[in-house]
Amino acid sequence: MNPFALVGRFVIALLSEIGRIFEFAMNAVPQAFMPPIYGRLILQQIMRIGYFSLPVVGLTAFFTGGALALQIAVGSEIGAETLVPQIVVLGITRELGPVMAGLMVAGRVSAAIAAELGTMRVTEQIDALTTLSTNPFKYLVAPRIIAAVLTMPILVGIGDIIGVMGGWVVGVYSLDYNSASYLKNTVDFLKMGDVTSGLWKAAVFGFIIALMGCYHGYHSKGGAQGVGAATTNAVVSAAILILAANYMMTSLFFGGGR
Amino acid sequence: MTTPKIELKGVQKRFGTKVVLDGVDLSVDPGESLVIIGGSGTGKSVTLKSILGLITPDKGSIKVDGREVSRLTGRAREEVNRKFGMLFQAAALFDSLTVWENVAFGLIQGRGLNRTEAKQIALQKLAKVGLGPEVGELSPSELSGGMQKRVGLARAIAAEPEIIFFDEPTTGLDPIMADVINDLIVTTVKDMGVTTLSITHDMVSARKIADKIAMIYKGKIIWSGRKEDIDNSGNPYVDQFIHGRAEGPIKMELAK
Repeated sequence: MNPFALVGRFVIALLSEIGRIFEFAMNAVPQAFMPPIYGRLILQQIMRIGYFSLPVVGLTAFFTGGALALQIAVGSEIGAETLVPQIVVLGITRELGPVMAGLMVAGRVSAAIAAELGTMRVTEQIDALTTLSTNPFKYLVAPRIIAAVLTMPILVGIGDIIGVMGGWVVGVYSLDYNSASYLKNTVDFLKMGDVTSGLWKAAVFGFIIALMGCYHGYHSKGGAQGVGAATTNAVVSAAILILAANYMMTSLFFGGGR
Repeated sequence: MTTPKIELKGVQKRFGTKVVLDGVDLSVDPGESLVIIGGSGTGKSVTLKSILGLITPDKGSIKVDGREVSRLTGRAREEVNRKFGMLFQAAALFDSLTVWENVAFGLIQGRGLNRTEAKQIALQKLAKVGLGPEVGELSPSELSGGMQKRVGLARAIAAEPEIIFFDEPTTGLDPIMADVINDLIVTTVKDMGVTTLSITHDMVSARKIADKIAMIYKGKIIWSGRKEDIDNSGNPYVDQFIHGRAEGPIKMELAK
């Protein structure tokens, strides 16, 4: 096999996949804004995607914040007591909060959406929607995207608070820092932009999570095995896109490189 | 001469290099029941899905009430699909909804009826297929295959469509339940005076529900006529199929 042909085939396959995802998104997004809007379905998805992800996101944030505090304290002896709260709050709000929450929710929600839509596809339930004059993009895809974009920033906001708490618990109970000055250092150093940039990221990650779940589920084929593959692809592609989008948004918000 | 309810001319579709439909010509008159027979993988399902707009054909024309529909999308497609009802092979009931919500789905989402009104109609339709109101509150996964088919039929007729499609209505059912479904199809359809297009490989079912039969083989209609004439078709392919013989002009492509 000619290695150039192999590379070329891979690139073409990758580009056409990107094109298909883009086309899918172009079909889905306008449906989120055009009536009829299915309020009941959106609320249902907000519960599933947002509310039930709270424990996962909270625990992840708590342990990440704690570990972060411990790492920095051990690494820098001088001035650690003022440095630790500052780095924890920046690290959590700007980067780790949204990224960790994004990855955890991708594992939970992208997989669930892909499995549900994939099963609907192979059992012809999606075709049945069309024959009942209901647009599957509007009925299935749009509510999930709306719910994920709305709830991810809220999840990350709560995760930020819990993550900072995690750092504080480690600082006060394990490193014997003064509680009041830890909190004062945190609040003094934190700027609004740190939090809002993280929340913008969260909204974008929410879009990616729902889109990947829907795209792979909608196009799954071939019975149980196909649904399994769709679920795996949804989680993997959502995770990769989240990390890529995170890099791009970080360089957009905070200036890249120089 | 009346305009055919459904008319296909030279419809072609290929998936990759595999030609599935190779110029299908079909016509169904208003109030008529056409059954397409043929083996697995001969293009029956693709023909049906092309008319429904689930698959876009590569070439050819599909007309419903004289209007070209093969390239419609979005709102215009939904408008045409309002004329249709469809009973899927495995019923394709929405498992996140109860039975009555399934039957009422097209009324609520498609026609914008309120839930109370739609539920009344749904329970009437369930009664029509021999299911009591208590079934309406169950979830589809609690039903047997035959009951799911009946719910699927109730959902297909709920919005009083002009055309109903049946995809293998008796596949996977025992002979008695199959006959019950056939009877239901005949009575509901005759009641409503609708046009139907069915695909099946079950000859008992085809003889019962058809006015006309068409046989598809390798993506082409190779014979069509009134069901009384099928035993004297003079077509060796049709003869082989209706008698279920392994030997004949149709060769099963078995891997050696």
